[in-house]
Amino acid sequence: MNTFYFIAFLSIFFSILVISAKNPVHSILYLVLTFFTFTVQYILLNAQFLAVVNFIVYMGAILVLFLYTLMLINLNKDSEPVKSNIVKIAGVLGGGCLLVVLVGCLKQVGVAEPVLLKDPGLGLVQNLGKVLFNQFLLPFEVSSLLLLSAMVGAVLLATKETKSV
Amino acid sequence: MESFFNTIKTVPLNHYIILCSIIFSIGVMGVLIRRNAIVIFMSIELMLNSVNLLLTAFSVYKGDASGQVFVFFVMALAAAEVAVGLAIIVMIYRNTNSVDTNVLNRLKW
Repeated sequence: MNTFYFIAFLSIFFSILVISAKNPVHSILYLVLTFFTFTVQYILLNAQFLAVVNFIVYMGAILVLFLYTLMLINLNKDSEPVKSNIVKIAGVLGGGCLLVVLVGCLKQVGVAEPVLLKDPGLGLVQNLGKVLFNQFLLPFEVSSLLLLSAMVGAVLLATKETKSV
Repeated sequence: MESFFNTIKTVPLNHYIILCSIIFSIGVMGVLIRRNAIVIFMSIELMLNSVNLLLTAFSVYKGDASGQVFVFFVMALAAAEVAVGLAIIVMIYRNTNSVDTNVLNRLKW
């Protein structure tokens, strides 16, 4: 029980650091830590497949892609844009209002039962694979199309246009 | 092993919802207060991840594996989105020499 609250505190702390760090590289590194706390949450929920996928895809692939892009575009310290304080306060107020509305709605519902693991094999690869390839076979194939089109789009966007064409 | 997971799980579902709401709101704040396009992208990733965690918590709560399959699809979508988005950011940088979103105000009138 206490593990959950400790990890929850860590993820909130690191996610605040993500949006408040001045240097974008530090932001990315804090984001890695935040995603690591999410991985721990998945393990606590016994969603082992999601924990591994989160670890490999998010922390291994997506964040490394972020770091590479940051390295490519070579931000200088003096070109780091700074928003005015009024805009920052307005942004924090807007996000805070959203949070208050969400939590206020939740207060009406009352406390739910604890999250108990009824079926210990729920998040394992065997069970998820059966569901994914029987019930969700068509969405799975469509997502492969999505990834293919994203790859083609990224290559098209990122290549320089040749003058001869 | 089962008893380990069940002794740890005395957390009400409400606390998961509150945690995910907080992280989602932090993501919204990040989109609103930062001007660096890459940091805005990272805030969007934060929002996607908080929703993923909540979907997993509900899936475990209900004992239904569909929620976790949906999280898998969200992760595939996030990977595609990041690839295209970062390509767009690289192109913005090539055209304007910065990733400041305030430079991109040509459609404003």
